[in-house]
Amino acid sequence: MFLGIRRGTRGRVAIALATLSLTSMGVTAITTGAGASSGLTPPTAGMKAQTSIGKGEGKLNLIAWEGYAQPQWVKPFEQQTGCVVNTKYAGSSGEMVSLMANGGGGQYDLVSASGDADLRLIYGGDVKPVNVKLIPSWKQLRPFLQSPSFNTIKGVHYGVSLQFGPNVLLYSTTTFKTAPTSWSVIYSKKYKGKVKVTVPNNPIQIADAALYLSKSKPSLGVTDPYELTQTQFSAAVALLTAQKPLIAKYWNLASDEINLFTSGTAVVGAAWPYQTTTLKAAHVKVEETIPSQGATGWADSWLLAKNAPDPNCAYDWMKYITTPQVQAEQAVYYGETPDNSLACPLMNKLQAGSCNAYHANEPDSYFKSIKFWKTPLSTCDNGKTDCIPYSEWTNAWTQITG
Amino acid sequence: MDPDNGVSTLEPATSGGTKSLRSSALSHRWGTAFLLTPPLLWFFVLYVSSLVLMLITAFWSLNGFTGNVTHQLTGANFHQIASGSYPAIIGRTVLLAALVTVTDAIIAFPFAYVMARVATQRAQRLLLVAVLLPLWASYLAKIYAWISILERGGALNWTFQHLGLPSPNLGFTNGAMWLTFSYIWLPYMIVPLFGALERIPGSLLDASSDLGASSWWTFRHVIVPLALPGLVAGSIFTFSLTLGDYVTPLLVGGANSTLIGNAIYQNLLDGGNLPLAAALSTVPIAIMVAYLLVAKRFGAFESL
Amino acid sequence: MKRRLLARGGLWLWVWAVLAFLFGPIITIVIFSFDRSNIETLPIRSWTLSWYQVAWHDEQVRQAFVLSIKAACAATVLALLLGSLAAFGVHRARFFGRDTVSLLLVLPIALPGIITGVALNSTFQWAGISLSIWTIIIGHTTFCIVVVYNNVVARLRRTSATLFEASADLGASTSQTFRFVTLPLIATALVSGGLLAFALSFDEVIVTTFTAGAQNTLPIWIFGAIRLGQQLPEVNVVVTAVVVLMLIPIIIAARLTGRDTFSASSTRAPTN
Repeated sequence: MFLGIRRGTRGRVAIALATLSLTSMGVTAITTGAGASSGLTPPTAGMKAQTSIGKGEGKLNLIAWEGYAQPQWVKPFEQQTGCVVNTKYAGSSGEMVSLMANGGGGQYDLVSASGDADLRLIYGGDVKPVNVKLIPSWKQLRPFLQSPSFNTIKGVHYGVSLQFGPNVLLYSTTTFKTAPTSWSVIYSKKYKGKVKVTVPNNPIQIADAALYLSKSKPSLGVTDPYELTQTQFSAAVALLTAQKPLIAKYWNLASDEINLFTSGTAVVGAAWPYQTTTLKAAHVKVEETIPSQGATGWADSWLLAKNAPDPNCAYDWMKYITTPQVQAEQAVYYGETPDNSLACPLMNKLQAGSCNAYHANEPDSYFKSIKFWKTPLSTCDNGKTDCIPYSEWTNAWTQITG
Repeated sequence: MDPDNGVSTLEPATSGGTKSLRSSALSHRWGTAFLLTPPLLWFFVLYVSSLVLMLITAFWSLNGFTGNVTHQLTGANFHQIASGSYPAIIGRTVLLAALVTVTDAIIAFPFAYVMARVATQRAQRLLLVAVLLPLWASYLAKIYAWISILERGGALNWTFQHLGLPSPNLGFTNGAMWLTFSYIWLPYMIVPLFGALERIPGSLLDASSDLGASSWWTFRHVIVPLALPGLVAGSIFTFSLTLGDYVTPLLVGGANSTLIGNAIYQNLLDGGNLPLAAALSTVPIAIMVAYLLVAKRFGAFESL
Repeated sequence: MKRRLLARGGLWLWVWAVLAFLFGPIITIVIFSFDRSNIETLPIRSWTLSWYQVAWHDEQVRQAFVLSIKAACAATVLALLLGSLAAFGVHRARFFGRDTVSLLLVLPIALPGIITGVALNSTFQWAGISLSIWTIIIGHTTFCIVVVYNNVVARLRRTSATLFEASADLGASTSQTFRFVTLPLIATALVSGGLLAFALSFDEVIVTTFTAGAQNTLPIWIFGAIRLGQQLPEVNVVVTAVVVLMLIPIIIAARLTGRDTFSASSTRAPTN
């Protein structure tokens, strides 16, 4: 839910937060309407994106995930462009949305939002259209990430895709001699008392449970883990409630989970590839796998603040951060997959075998098996309105973990 | 002589009931207003107004369909926090805050007593430095230190094993939370307690023993009552700081460590459910009101 | 007599135990600052000084430290002013709202920081105040006031009003009474309240997240560094350095407090 759980929660439902200040101040809230599929137009859709990049303003203020603005690639950028970078690290998607209130408050230029926060920011009117023609490397991005539905609405881009990664099953090889093939190891009662599990403290775990149920209980008819009817939702919640006795801890920071595995407090759980590589580097006996049911995943983008004070430096940054070399550096540092398809060989130059380790060379079918996070909305994609919205997900999650 | 009387006559009532003050009651009142205006203005303009506007939403609701806040009075949010896991979360938080406060009071009292009444001037200064110094080691770094002390293979288990005792395995439990909180807020209890104990006139204690009172009697009937304002001041910190914290449970807590703060954070920032978060926020406010009323009942504010 | 000695011994034993409790984690932090691995586990496999070098050359850390010191100083001064004004006012007042004031002042620390943070953030946004060091100071002052207030009000409750009256009766002006009677009486409470307020401000993360602009304070930097765990040893280095640095002002403050204790005890005599 917090701090480390960067990719939490999107939920256009929660646009209320971005505007809560205004609502509570007596100003009318921005109507959020239904989701992307309903044809609602974001408030800033009419704003004209700039057609050229002017002289840099000399500074650039970012809201980013920790590890997304490392000196290795920020320093060269500053030298090349003269834009001095200030970075504010956010602890969760909720924090990002909150900090971006009022279009970045005239303070921030760009935010490295995850797919879950994107629509909140777009429909909240906090970000504005981006002209991708000014970003040469945009064409090198994997096709499915050039205009993904989480940052592009009706052909209007609100930012540029950055990096992504799967939520893998991490396990201790001392406990599991062979790789588990099913997520059941973190749910099944038969492991009670034998293994200690850790999963992210994040309402989006309900989608992980739903993904598992889609295979283990086909009768429920789960097709999209982010679009659950009341029956499906209740089944997922029941599964997670039954899982609780197995849980050693719901982890909050990436470093939490590293601690849990190092000390042996937990031996199996949901993780990012980052934890796996960090643990392996510290000689902890772990491996990761994607079980037969598939996995959920995140995808991040740099979105342009509506009231960005330094738009030219912001464009310079988007140009720079999408180039193969910088993409490779960030991917290797963070342990995630670069969006630029040319980054793979450069990754291997930085760290042998890293392209393979972070799945940068997988075919498109692999990426399709990952269910990227999206906001649970009350309006399902099929137009029906019986899906459970995200505010109820968080409430249920609080109840499960409480 | 009635001992309680004896003590209280040494502390004349501060009610302003003396002649010189009564004659200038008007200017006294103006003076009070003059003193209180800047801090209250600060509070109302900057804090209370925004807080109230935010908390009003507790009586509104979130439209599940549009995700907007509906401006219609409802008690649904309060109904919700009275059901499911929320009562357990609230109960856990209050219990923990109380436990931490009592623990800190017990740890701090003898320590502050030595600082104030036993130690030499030099030792007193050193102890004061020792109490204050840990405050500068980042709160987050200290929590991390506790994790590495308490977890399996940590310093605590290691010590117990070498003493031939069973491992306490406190890592990532509510016990770890209790220990960490007690540790982090301890200086906030010691300092005011030291202040109160230090101000007890030595002659009073001499008088008590001269009149044949035992050390225990003096402690119970002279020292404790006179230290009470300091104890209350300290307990307000330990109690309320625990009540509002949500980082410690996240980092050192286990699977059953959700506190009110976590529930608020989750519903507010992740879920965007401002009305429910606001309703939950009224709980710590109500608890603090109750706490201050109880403290008052115990005469902590008035008797001295 | 023997029992008394035994009691004294017991008390000192307690003091040593509490000191061990207070410093155990600090020592842990110092030890891990020499650990090459960025995962904190015992025993430490490989020792290094390299993290000290990393931290020394880290421009972000320097800037964050300076910003934190500036903000904490300003917030402490404001909290001292407003907190003692509130304490004097409440102490003199005999009105029903007295407890309300106490409650009001304690709210910013009793409510989860997230509430204070988001509420202040909304107000700033609404009023069009852009986030800067000033908004950090405003946020910090808001929750630091209570620390000063509680210390001073506890002291005033223990102080006899007759002292001020005697001063007035002897012809002292209000400012003279304040300078020569009131101030010495509350000086130690101000010093300790100020130190606690400074510490609270210097170490605050949550409210700061929502009131700070693009610049990071030290705790915000630390929080960022802790999240991924890559720079954990650097955090330990920074914390160690801060603790050592802070020894100086704390010792000075403790000396001041000690001296005031001395002079306060001489003013104490007439009360009895």
